[in-house]
Amino acid sequence: MEVAKLTDVTRVYRIGEVQTRALNGVSLTIGNGEFTSLVGPSGSGKTTLLQLIGCLDRPSSGSVVINGQETTNLNRNQRADLRKGTIGFVFQFFALIPTLTAYENVEMPLLLNGRTPAQRKQRAMELLEAVDLKDRAHHRPDQLSGGQQQRVAVARALSTNPTMILADEPTANLDTSNGEQVMEIMKKLNKETGVTFVFATHDPRVIKYASRVVTLRDGVIEKDEIK
Amino acid sequence: MMNYFKMAYRNLGRHRRRSILSGLALALGTTLLMFIAAFFTGEMRSSMETTLRLNTGHIQVQNADYDPDKLSVAWEYLIENPDQTAAQIGSLDPVHVATPRLAASGIVSVRDESAGAQIMGIVPESEANDPYRDGIVSGEFLAADDREGILIGLPLADSLNLKAGDSINLLINTSDGDVDEQQFTIRGIFTTGTSAWDKGIVFLPLAKAQTFARAENHASMIFVLLKDREQADEVAAAIQGEGIKVKTWTEMNELLVMVEDFSNAYLAVINLIVLGVTATVIVNTLLMSVFERTREIGVLSAIGMKGRQVIALFLAEAFLLAVSGVGAGSLAGWALSAYFAKVGVYFGDLGIGAEMLLEDRIYTYLTLDSAITLIVTAFLITILASLYPARMASRMEPVEALRGAQ
Ligand SMILES: Nc1ncnc2c1ncn2[C@@H]1O[C@H](COP(=O)(O)OP(=O)(O)OP(=O)(O)O)[C@@H](O)[C@H]1O
Ligand SMILES: [Mg+2]
Repeated sequence: MEVAKLTDVTRVYRIGEVQTRALNGVSLTIGNGEFTSLVGPSGSGKTTLLQLIGCLDRPSSGSVVINGQETTNLNRNQRADLRKGTIGFVFQFFALIPTLTAYENVEMPLLLNGRTPAQRKQRAMELLEAVDLKDRAHHRPDQLSGGQQQRVAVARALSTNPTMILADEPTANLDTSNGEQVMEIMKKLNKETGVTFVFATHDPRVIKYASRVVTLRDGVIEKDEIK
Repeated sequence: MMNYFKMAYRNLGRHRRRSILSGLALALGTTLLMFIAAFFTGEMRSSMETTLRLNTGHIQVQNADYDPDKLSVAWEYLIENPDQTAAQIGSLDPVHVATPRLAASGIVSVRDESAGAQIMGIVPESEANDPYRDGIVSGEFLAADDREGILIGLPLADSLNLKAGDSINLLINTSDGDVDEQQFTIRGIFTTGTSAWDKGIVFLPLAKAQTFARAENHASMIFVLLKDREQADEVAAAIQGEGIKVKTWTEMNELLVMVEDFSNAYLAVINLIVLGVTATVIVNTLLMSVFERTREIGVLSAIGMKGRQVIALFLAEAFLLAVSGVGAGSLAGWALSAYFAKVGVYFGDLGIGAEMLLEDRIYTYLTLDSAITLIVTAFLITILASLYPARMASRMEPVEALRGAQ
């Protein structure tokens, strides 16, 4: 079963007169349970591709199907609805809500999905335990290290049991050991829960965890290898 | 619900000083407006009450040709047998008191100084004259059979350096167009707290005034006070007679009624201006937080927060600001109004004529009505103004929001 299927997708950015073809006819299928890495030089279109898979953005042409649902014609709110149950995000800059504690950050997507307080509490604590941060549950992001913040972000991305987690350079702001810890956790969760991971990265230490490596160059897929 | 407020509260706490300042702006605006409203109401109430009590009464019965501005005691302006008419009116149930008065123009002079004055002949024992009886500051009130005594106001006594027991000369324009002069002894000096009125009027017993003005058994008006002034129209309709006219307080105080309406409109304009300014401060605060939190809004949106939930988040912030700002402001405004309702604000003689008498001290008067109107308006304007930044936040596309802050 595939969780995402992109067919002949292009994304053109226009700034004034200048057009940038960030993606130029990309077709890609992400299967359930994959642990896939998008690689390629800076500007090759990795972030753009992740945003399209994640329904944060719409393609200029082509089709994006998520869990069997065509998404190209959904409006802003419909896309938000689709995202909140099925796709989790981990961003390069951690992107926790600074006013909320680690626990509350993980709880937020559950809240938006209308879970009861008891369900939220159980799930959030379970996830914080999974990323080994149970004892930091009531710390605010600024009281956590970068690696800890990124683990909270992973827990948050997982909270609603999404089918797929998209991570844009999740280790770029982490030192080696923290980066590896985050990758270990993602890999472990991928194995245990079967959730699909797609991450963009430059980092060779990260690429080695991937079971599939898709290489982009100038907006097209140059290589697609399964290890 | 609770969670929006929890987040809103923490977001306000991120820039505590900025939040406090904008709450304070709203509070100050509310305090100011509440005090102004209380002041205006107090002023209008005082003016209305004073003007009715001292000058016009609730109803006046006059000769059909009478012109209050002329102060003339020429025969054709006067009513006959006033005692009898007054007694008849006084027996009507809604009437508190009805008493004849004779108003003539004259000049008070002592040594080489003089001042113009309205000479008012009154029936001393009538309750309508309580403001003067109760306002005696030295000497005593007039007796009905006094033929040499006069009552003068404190400002006149001060300006002419007079005290009770002193003699003064009084000139009067008589009913036949002559001028007569006579010496009187000051029996008492009074104050009603309204210098504009007190400085220009002297009192004689009606009988003496009638002889002095050569207007025997005539009066300028029957001065009527009602138990409830809202009944003026009914009572006026019940009083009829040949050659007379019956004037109610609304007819006699058109200017005052107009000023009251005008002051309400004026107040509304001030409200809108001040609240407009405070709303701008709030909008500005929220706009700043929308811009600062671009990325955060993107993240919330990415994890599935919908547009209207983003709006709710920002409105919750506006709501907290409004509740605390308007709340604190109305408390302060109420306290200020309560204080000046006791102590009053001293203005002295503002020099407004008898059509709009003002006591020298104005006491604020806050009505529940105006307080509630203000609170609700301030609240609504704040929330409505906040819709703009809130909608702006809700329309951010998650990608742009995420990229915007990178
Ligand atoms: N919002 C935008 N407006 C205009 N051009 C854009 C926009 N976003 C991306 N681009 C352009 O599209 C191309 C692909 O950008 P993208 O961010 O997808 O690259 P990337 O592979 O993620 O690079 P990096 O490794 O540096 O993150 C680049 O040339 C970039 O300049
Ligand atoms: Mg990128």
